[in-house]
Amino acid sequence: MSEEFKRPDGRKVKETRKIVAKVGIIPNADGSAMFAFGDTIAIAAVYGPRKFHPQHQQNPEKGTLRCEYNMLSFSVSDRIRPGGNRRSAEISKITEWALEPVLMLDKYPNAVVDVYINIIQANASTRCAGINAAAMALAHAGIPMKGMVSSVSIGKLDKQIVVDVSKAEEDWEEGEGPTDIPMSFTSDGKMTHIQLDGKITQKQLEEAIDTAKEACAKIYDIQKNALKEVVNEK
Amino acid sequence: MTDEKRLVIPGEVIAEGNDYLPGEWTEKRGDEIVAIRYGLFEETDKLVKVIPISGTYQPRRGNVVIGKVENVLLNGWFIDIGTPENSFLPVSEVPRYVNRGELESVLDIGDMVIAKILNLSKKGIDLTIKSRGLERIDDGMILEVNSNRVPRVIGREGSMVNLIKKETGCEIVVGQNGIIWIKGSNIEDELKAKKAVLFVADNIFAHGLTEEVEKMFAKEKKNE
Amino acid sequence: MAEGIRINEDRIYEYLEKGKRFDERALNDLREIVIETGFSKNAEGSARVKIGKTEVIVGIKIATATPYPDNPKDGNLMVTAELTPLSSSRFESGPPKINAIELGRVIDRGIRESKFIKTEDLCIKEGEKVWEVYIDIYSLNDDGNLMDAAGIGAIAALMNARLPKYDLENDKMISGELSDTHLPLAKELPLSITVYKIGKHLLADPNREEEDVCRSRVTIAGYGDRIFSMQKGGGETFSVEEMKKAIELSIKVREKVFSSIKKYL
Repeated sequence: MSEEFKRPDGRKVKETRKIVAKVGIIPNADGSAMFAFGDTIAIAAVYGPRKFHPQHQQNPEKGTLRCEYNMLSFSVSDRIRPGGNRRSAEISKITEWALEPVLMLDKYPNAVVDVYINIIQANASTRCAGINAAAMALAHAGIPMKGMVSSVSIGKLDKQIVVDVSKAEEDWEEGEGPTDIPMSFTSDGKMTHIQLDGKITQKQLEEAIDTAKEACAKIYDIQKNALKEVVNEK
Repeated sequence: MTDEKRLVIPGEVIAEGNDYLPGEWTEKRGDEIVAIRYGLFEETDKLVKVIPISGTYQPRRGNVVIGKVENVLLNGWFIDIGTPENSFLPVSEVPRYVNRGELESVLDIGDMVIAKILNLSKKGIDLTIKSRGLERIDDGMILEVNSNRVPRVIGREGSMVNLIKKETGCEIVVGQNGIIWIKGSNIEDELKAKKAVLFVADNIFAHGLTEEVEKMFAKEKKNE
Repeated sequence: MAEGIRINEDRIYEYLEKGKRFDERALNDLREIVIETGFSKNAEGSARVKIGKTEVIVGIKIATATPYPDNPKDGNLMVTAELTPLSSSRFESGPPKINAIELGRVIDRGIRESKFIKTEDLCIKEGEKVWEVYIDIYSLNDDGNLMDAAGIGAIAALMNARLPKYDLENDKMISGELSDTHLPLAKELPLSITVYKIGKHLLADPNREEEDVCRSRVTIAGYGDRIFSMQKGGGETFSVEEMKKAIELSIKVREKVFSSIKKYL
């Protein structure tokens, strides 16, 4: 049944939207990248390791990762008031947890590595695009890392598992409705992030996780190729 | 051992089998050697390593650096050399006797200074200006390149920086932290040197970079 | 770290004395300007502007709103600017600081006072419902002169904008769908141009190291020889002569900018 399933944009169930990835987009930053799933476009800039103020937040054992996720006011149909909100604060923290496991910040005690993620245009899966861009920007900034992190959202539309959920799919109305499961994996296949909203059985969730792992392996290849396309500035 | 420059990314397997030894910015995982930083792959006699091309300055003992005076205390100066750690130049590491309360006359806030890293510890970095060539900078021009590109700016045994010095008549000090001081007899010469330095830093992947720089100078001479 | 280095400042001054700039531009020359309009699918209008390595993105959002009681027949205009920490190590997270607030307000006044947007044509029902136009400006990379990049971006994004579809029967806007109607705009583009003062020299479009040396500036929005809004920034004086020269220079620079961006609009 699975290959018969009709997605709103005509994709196969395990197909992501068109991915575009690029590094070196912000000359001022120590590292930067953009990552797009179709119409969802994220950009990320890394500054640091640099001095961490206020001092009482410094960690003498190792450097601190600090992520800030922000949607531009015009990235969605209904304008968002500029500045943070509860949603962006939570996603910022989730992004830190998704990336932290691969970072080797023990060489930078007391310092901070800042990652700023801006969503230029949103069509669902923005946190996944943000994490992908951030992982590339961190590598580009020369931060020591055990590996990369790749992120994708798995959806369950009615009973069907699909890869890379779009806005139209997020609002799925038929049958069991939509379930959205964004997940992130290290390049050696460990999970660093999972969230779930909807309703799903244990068996299907297991399928969703395996599907995400496969999809992230492909996303990893795209991130890798982008980093290898030599950029001469910076 | 080819001359080809290959970019590797963190987590990438860059050598397999027990014949190889893991060098800088690599890690052995089972039979594999894995890169743990973005940069250029290099192998010499079975030793594999990654040469970073980006990232902030990693201080090392003995490095000559250029920094800016951040603060003057009673017993020395805090100098910003572009690291997250604090760098301190104690008054005892100045080559002459300095009276208490006269530290500003040696180095004042905002002054640029060429210094050497004496010591690195968890508490921070200690600097000295007790050797030859280490001093306050009073004129000329400062520019900044990524510190990982400093080896190319200097060139093999100083060949690149010497070429730029010769062609422009400028004095040039390349700080290991990527801060570079250029001093010529006029601004035009300094700008010429600056342009050449930035060209090298922007084109570290180019083959025959020295020839390219030579060509650049030849072209400029023609235009004059 | 390269900011505020005294010997570099001295060199910039010294060279300006000879009428020269480090990057070989004349005092009234701008860096190359590149504009991309309509990059955003969810904004009613958008523009990405690069001046050299300085880059901003501007999005226009349009929705229905209640008019202000003192202008019951006019549409509303709101301009905000964010100096994002992504665009420079000098910008911090958190609520907008004064620099961002000022930037937004200066751009706002240039557009408002010039009557570039014909707000009277944005009335849906007098006293009850009008179109509200938001101009949101974000910095992506600060290499000097964000002010003019923002001004150019705002105009380009407005020209790119279209009104949302409107359901007359139910008397409400259809969110997320654009009509074919462009915003009602005047033909004359009120570009705001900033003249920067370094020592006794007046110049256009400073890069980062030049802007660091600059202690005063004046932003002038106008069209032809008409001027709609001004703001002097920075804590140094202009002599009367200098101010008149700055005004004259801004008019010349505006013409240059106009002819170099025409092809994108």
